[in-house]
Amino acid sequence: MTNHWRDIRHADLILINGANPAEAHPVGFQWFMRAKLDRGAKLIHADPRFTRTSAVADMYLRIRTGSDVAYFGGLINHVLQNNLFHDEYVRNYTNASFVVKDGYAFSDGLFSGYDPDKRTYNIATWAYESNARTGYASRDLTLQHPRSVFQLMKAHYSRYTPEVVSSITGIPVDDFKKVADLVGQMGKPDKVMTIVYAVGLTHHTTGGQLIRSGAVLQLLLGNMGRPGGGMNAERGHANIQGNTDHAISWELLPGYLRIPAPGQKTIADYVAASAPKKSDPHSWNFFGTNYSKFMVSTLKGWYGDAANKDNEFAFNFVPKPAQNSSWMSIFDQALKGKMEGLILSGMTAASIGPDSNQVRQALGNLKWLVVMDPLPTTSSEFWHAPGVDASQVKTEVFMLPTTHWIEKDGSFTNSGRWAQWKDQVLPPEGQARHDHWILADVFQRVKKLYQSQGGKFPDPINSLTFAYKDPAKPELDEIAKEINGKDLATGKQMTSFANLKDDGTTTTGDWIYTGSYLDTGNLMKRRQGIQDPKANDPTGMGFYPNWAWSWPLNRRVMYNRASADLDGKPWDPARPGIAWDGSKWVGDVPDYPATMNPRDPNAYLPFIMNGEGVGRLFSNGMVDGPFPEHYEPVESPVANPLHPNNSASPVAFLYDKAAGRPNRFGTPQEFPYIATSYRLTEHEHYVTQHVPHLVQLQPKPFVEIPYELASQKGIKSGDQVRVSSKRGKVEVLALVTKRLGPMTVAGQKVYQIGIPIHWGYVGVSADSDPSHGRYWLANALTPFVGDANARTPEFKAFLVNLEKM
Amino acid sequence: MATVTRREFLKVGVAGAGAVAATGLGFDIAVAESTRVKQNLRIAGAKELHSICPYCAVGCSLVAYTRQKSNGTTELLQIEGDPDSPVNEGRLCPKGATAMQLAISPRRVESPQYRASGATGWKSVSWDFVLDKIANNVKASRDASFITTDGNGSTVNRCEGIAFAGGAAFSSEEGYFATKLMRGLGLVHLEQQARV
Repeated sequence: MTNHWRDIRHADLILINGANPAEAHPVGFQWFMRAKLDRGAKLIHADPRFTRTSAVADMYLRIRTGSDVAYFGGLINHVLQNNLFHDEYVRNYTNASFVVKDGYAFSDGLFSGYDPDKRTYNIATWAYESNARTGYASRDLTLQHPRSVFQLMKAHYSRYTPEVVSSITGIPVDDFKKVADLVGQMGKPDKVMTIVYAVGLTHHTTGGQLIRSGAVLQLLLGNMGRPGGGMNAERGHANIQGNTDHAISWELLPGYLRIPAPGQKTIADYVAASAPKKSDPHSWNFFGTNYSKFMVSTLKGWYGDAANKDNEFAFNFVPKPAQNSSWMSIFDQALKGKMEGLILSGMTAASIGPDSNQVRQALGNLKWLVVMDPLPTTSSEFWHAPGVDASQVKTEVFMLPTTHWIEKDGSFTNSGRWAQWKDQVLPPEGQARHDHWILADVFQRVKKLYQSQGGKFPDPINSLTFAYKDPAKPELDEIAKEINGKDLATGKQMTSFANLKDDGTTTTGDWIYTGSYLDTGNLMKRRQGIQDPKANDPTGMGFYPNWAWSWPLNRRVMYNRASADLDGKPWDPARPGIAWDGSKWVGDVPDYPATMNPRDPNAYLPFIMNGEGVGRLFSNGMVDGPFPEHYEPVESPVANPLHPNNSASPVAFLYDKAAGRPNRFGTPQEFPYIATSYRLTEHEHYVTQHVPHLVQLQPKPFVEIPYELASQKGIKSGDQVRVSSKRGKVEVLALVTKRLGPMTVAGQKVYQIGIPIHWGYVGVSADSDPSHGRYWLANALTPFVGDANARTPEFKAFLVNLEKM
Repeated sequence: MATVTRREFLKVGVAGAGAVAATGLGFDIAVAESTRVKQNLRIAGAKELHSICPYCAVGCSLVAYTRQKSNGTTELLQIEGDPDSPVNEGRLCPKGATAMQLAISPRRVESPQYRASGATGWKSVSWDFVLDKIANNVKASRDASFITTDGNGSTVNRCEGIAFAGGAAFSSEEGYFATKLMRGLGLVHLEQQARV
């Protein structure tokens, strides 16, 4: 989230797409309801399924899954055609005025630079025109230049008329116009809208662009950086945010630094290839400018004395991947016989999918599998799942009992970036051990093996810092201090990442968490909350600066410089983020130098992390286009109404085909219905299959089938049905409902089927089922294909057939 | 003040209702009697600790109550929403409200389990046994799949044959530590729940 949960109460209009907060994040949803009840905010819910969120929304729009770019694109078009954008903000705080290099083009669904053989774009054709005099990007603040981002954008989205939007999304034209009318009012400085989304937007081959399309709309309306505004992702797991921040992700090092690439020999090579570049004289480019300091301080933290100026701070210790190594790539490599071992810690590959049957085949191709979990999972038990002959499964499997969250301390970072410390409430149950103690112990044993036997490049193993009282049992408090970082000369904890250096005199574990653990103590433990709102929320804006700690630097709303005008006055004085008081910025922790006068001729532009210094309506940071464009899901019942020749994303990654295996995508003739997957209030992914109270509340797997389709097929609620895709099947109960309905898309009637994901062959429900949940894995159906940018699988839009059993 | 049991309290309530007609003061009497109830709160004298809900990422604060038992073990008495939190203001959803059943479960894996290649059942084994075996596997797979220099002559120092995934449910500090160790081993296949 750019903002945070409690902040949603400040919105005038709330667009909810690809999310069902009333059921999936019910306690967070109280802040949506506070906005509605306290300030008359309107809620608009666009979702394939009518849910409890829809029930309290002011408007519910039945949208075809995966078509939200068309929805946001239509809203962008409405705002541009009717001059409803926030003019001062768009001119000064976005790259609308930047001029794009000659040669950029978009035609018949393809941007310039496309290579059909490699299925990739050469994004060099999407660069800014360089100003010969300054060397920076050319700008035209009148926004009239035909190659200005503003004019290119206006032309790009002019195709997204209400009729086209309706044809793609299935939303009736009149309903769409009503929404456009409400959204169009949000460009006024004293109005603010928020967009809230979840994995219903990310889990598509166009996932990155689905979110960008919302962000572009928010920039046009001047809503980024403002309390009550922003782009707000509701994350699904307790610490998915914290452990993304800490880079359990193939392409990252902690704090969103990029993993180095082959060919980079020095820190300078790495920074040149990774850091944002300044493209305007008034851009601070804070991230780009400090990139080497963050990287060197991280390497110094990891490799201690073995990292010094003479060896480029052990830059060669950091692995440099040859190719994408994300989730599906792991199993793709296993299918190719190239992956020997897999360690799963609180995560079950078999259920998570996509394409569970292929993933289970991949698990059987491993030499060894380690599952670390308090409870059995579909991965720990995959080798004797129903229908599997265990004697034929070669993989050596380890199941290590780990502690639950409540048996250890440490912090969870929530969706709003608040790092909240928790106590160890209970000692470890029985023989259970902490995940990090297991990893520490294994690592120490591996190190001993290298010391006694030798082996491949043991240097990083031998020199990795282990400055813990007990190297086999590091305390999370010790690690939290390490993450914050320290000044090696004084031994003092760093107070801000702004003080990190690239000369080897400072350390950090994750620069965005610098400031969380000072010499005075661990700020994530702070508890000054609503027991005394007057004292603990001095601005009255709900920032609660002394409750826990939020990154970066305890800032509660990111990009908050953009919450104030060029003079530093809040766009809406009733809802200030920060304000210039004549000598300093007051309010939230400013996303700007604390005493920089906004009217200083050398004042920085507002978005200090970007090379441009402004928000990007046009971006060459995405590999599938500088503007979001609607593409059909890889499996779709219709051709793209905008460009049928290039219907699906031309750069979506087709794993099977790329690996020489046949693609396994279904056609609408064989698999005529759209399916989408989702979660229920009473379950969380798969672990709650072990919680009896929750199993009682939602005991059996089911699929939701639209009433009209069920009538045609003679299916009643409670009947056993088979839902199948090109990849697999589920056999579960039917729930016939009017929450899903037929819709008209591209002139054709289509049906959507809803599939909750929570069941499998492990847990209380499976134990009481005669088939032991043999065909309960929802992800047996989902396709093995990834978003071009993030390689996120397309869990949310695929084709199935439906039969009564 | 004398105390009454819950059962006696109910009787007082009934008598009080009857007394309304008799004295005209019945309601007040009932209230007066009811204030005499001594509730044996489940959490009386318990230790109050703070946690965060383990499910979604709203980040609801929890209050957990424990008591030391005479045999030295710790008993978890209650988990409820923390009223001080600006995030949840004491509220919990059905999952958070049943967090105790996740914390305390007869379904927990009791000891390290091992299943050899082709075996048809689990074997309970010691921690030393599994940690040694895993360490040997890690070393063998790392050595077998480690690339120091790629085809272009670039130093890459990567281990291609081991993957690590997880962490959406454990503490940030554990996650950071996992990243540090796995990158230290040279892993490139590193993943958690963000993408899936």
